[in-house]
Amino acid sequence: MTVTTPDRPQVAPESATATTTYREAVREAIRAAMRADDRVFLMGEDVGRYGGCYAVSMGLLEEFGEERIRDTPLSESAFVGAGIGAAMAGMRPIVEIMTVNFSLLALDQILNTAATVLHMSGGLFNVPLVIRMATGGGRQLAAQHSHSLEGWYAHIPGLKVVAPGTVEDAGGMLAPALTDPDPVLIFENALLYNREGPAPDPERPVDLVHAAVRRPGRDVSLITYGGSLHKTLEAAEALEQSGISAEVIDLRVLRPLDTETVLASVAHTHRVVLIDEGWKTGSLAAEVIARIGERAFYDLDVPPARVCSAEVPLPYAKHLEEAALPSVERIVAAARKVVGGG
Amino acid sequence: MTPTDGLTREHGHELLLDMLRIRRMEERCAELYQKTKIRGFLHLYIGEEAVAVGAMRALTPDDAVVATYREHGHALIRGVSAEKIMAEMYGKQEGCSRGRGGSMHLYDAPTRFYGGNAIVGGGIPLAVGMALADKMQGRERVSACFFGDGAAAEGEFHESMNLAALWHLPVLFCCENNLYGMGTGIERAQSETRLALRAASYRMSAWDVDGMDVLAVEEATRRAAEAVRSGGGPHFLEFRTYRFRAHSMFDPELYRSKEEVAAWKERDPIELFRQRLRDAELLTDDEDAGLEALASDEVERAVAFAEAGTWEPVEDLERFVLSEPAPQREVAS
Repeated sequence: MTVTTPDRPQVAPESATATTTYREAVREAIRAAMRADDRVFLMGEDVGRYGGCYAVSMGLLEEFGEERIRDTPLSESAFVGAGIGAAMAGMRPIVEIMTVNFSLLALDQILNTAATVLHMSGGLFNVPLVIRMATGGGRQLAAQHSHSLEGWYAHIPGLKVVAPGTVEDAGGMLAPALTDPDPVLIFENALLYNREGPAPDPERPVDLVHAAVRRPGRDVSLITYGGSLHKTLEAAEALEQSGISAEVIDLRVLRPLDTETVLASVAHTHRVVLIDEGWKTGSLAAEVIARIGERAFYDLDVPPARVCSAEVPLPYAKHLEEAALPSVERIVAAARKVVGGG
Repeated sequence: MTPTDGLTREHGHELLLDMLRIRRMEERCAELYQKTKIRGFLHLYIGEEAVAVGAMRALTPDDAVVATYREHGHALIRGVSAEKIMAEMYGKQEGCSRGRGGSMHLYDAPTRFYGGNAIVGGGIPLAVGMALADKMQGRERVSACFFGDGAAAEGEFHESMNLAALWHLPVLFCCENNLYGMGTGIERAQSETRLALRAASYRMSAWDVDGMDVLAVEEATRRAAEAVRSGGGPHFLEFRTYRFRAHSMFDPELYRSKEEVAAWKERDPIELFRQRLRDAELLTDDEDAGLEALASDEVERAVAFAEAGTWEPVEDLERFVLSEPAPQREVAS
């Protein structure tokens, strides 16, 4: 059985068109947006001559020139704020922040301006800005380049927060983000840039509304997003081998949350594990479980479980970092425990 | 002092009236605060009126204005009605920000008045971005950004100065140096208290102006705005001014002496200019009284409008967090 509905994004069939990488999908989406609308420009640290810290914008400078592929100084607050101002004055900027930890230098502009201007002005001024940033650990980059703060940003009214976990979403989410009248933050897990998958299909535009059922299942709902999606799908495969049918929900949009898709899944599996690369305390996982508790408490057969990052700044040493992050093994163990206790 | 030679009677009267409009409106705001009609933080501009009045005259309707939480005067002179400003301070939905912003967050689309920013330095990058949009779209507009001396210690000030100069953007930086960041004197907060020098270090034209002399402010701003508008890159004006009232209504003013305040009041921009108009025989007693009456009438109309205003229904609380589908208007560009 399946709980999927036609209007919700699905796993693309294996036979689907061409494959590409997550990185190329983002790049092609930027290219397409810039060709279609001359108000769109890309701005950030090393997006031009360097080609992007993660090589996402490689080659775009040659096509669009320095005015529209705009290298900035190391001034996160100024160039994010300038993106807000440019958006309010009619442009459609894509601001790239090299990594989520650096976005904290621009948090004033993101929270105190981008997220609040519409409300403070009583609806007069909206901010059609897109901010992209790399997020997540697993690359031995230690405690100032590895965190997952998507959940933090998802706390803030006035922002939309998305976390593409698939190649298709990586390419497909930019266009709706650019047409959105409000600020959209796109979190790209850096471990996904090399991942291959079906290319975005223009015939199947993605939305910034719904969660996706990436794998239907009966026994337990594994709810995740972003960099943990593929670990979770792998865990679901492993669980299948031992006769446990796991449903995998990719939240995709972290604010506003698609609670209905979550509740529909829980209603037929009656068991839930949240997998979230954020720290457990105050995590997005906590919010999802709270919503399940509020609205579907009696659908649950057993208490929910969470697989989150350990509550430490991420360490450099490989074995320690691995131990801190959600892993396939930890997801499988958590699911088994939940199912076994049912 | 800038000579009054060549100043027309009409021009002089307009400048004096505009300063009186701010002064009388804010005196009334202080009373209304005591009567608890206005709540929250209320930061009065009294003493600094010559800056907003002189500077705004150099801007055209197409230009953008970004201001701070001490922005009642800027909004009024930019063309936001006293009624809408007062209703906003009352928290009424007829206010310019529907009562969602209050005293510190006045906004207005037709006059391109972009707040009302209560984060010191927070509006500066915004103005830089608006100027970037204008430059990229080939429009000859100026983005004018007002901020205080306190902002010069913020990182956003320096990041923005650098970016604006590096990209040669049409921004007019208007620093209102009133010598205090809340209760901390400039000499206790800034290693270099001549703030125009700081801007000059970013290779932009920058100079200081007597902010108590409305004619000097107007002349300097015209010169700078014209240079910005004609492709001269960002310019920086440091207006030397002084706040006569407390920082906000909660401030007991323990950090400065009564003598210091009194000395600055000797240079009250309104009294200075009034006397100069009289000396030049450009203002009669009757005319003066007439201007005062105009200013007072406007304030009374504004208060009546705010009193008659209505409260936004609580059911609307969660509106304006995200844009509403239709008819969401594109921001004027």
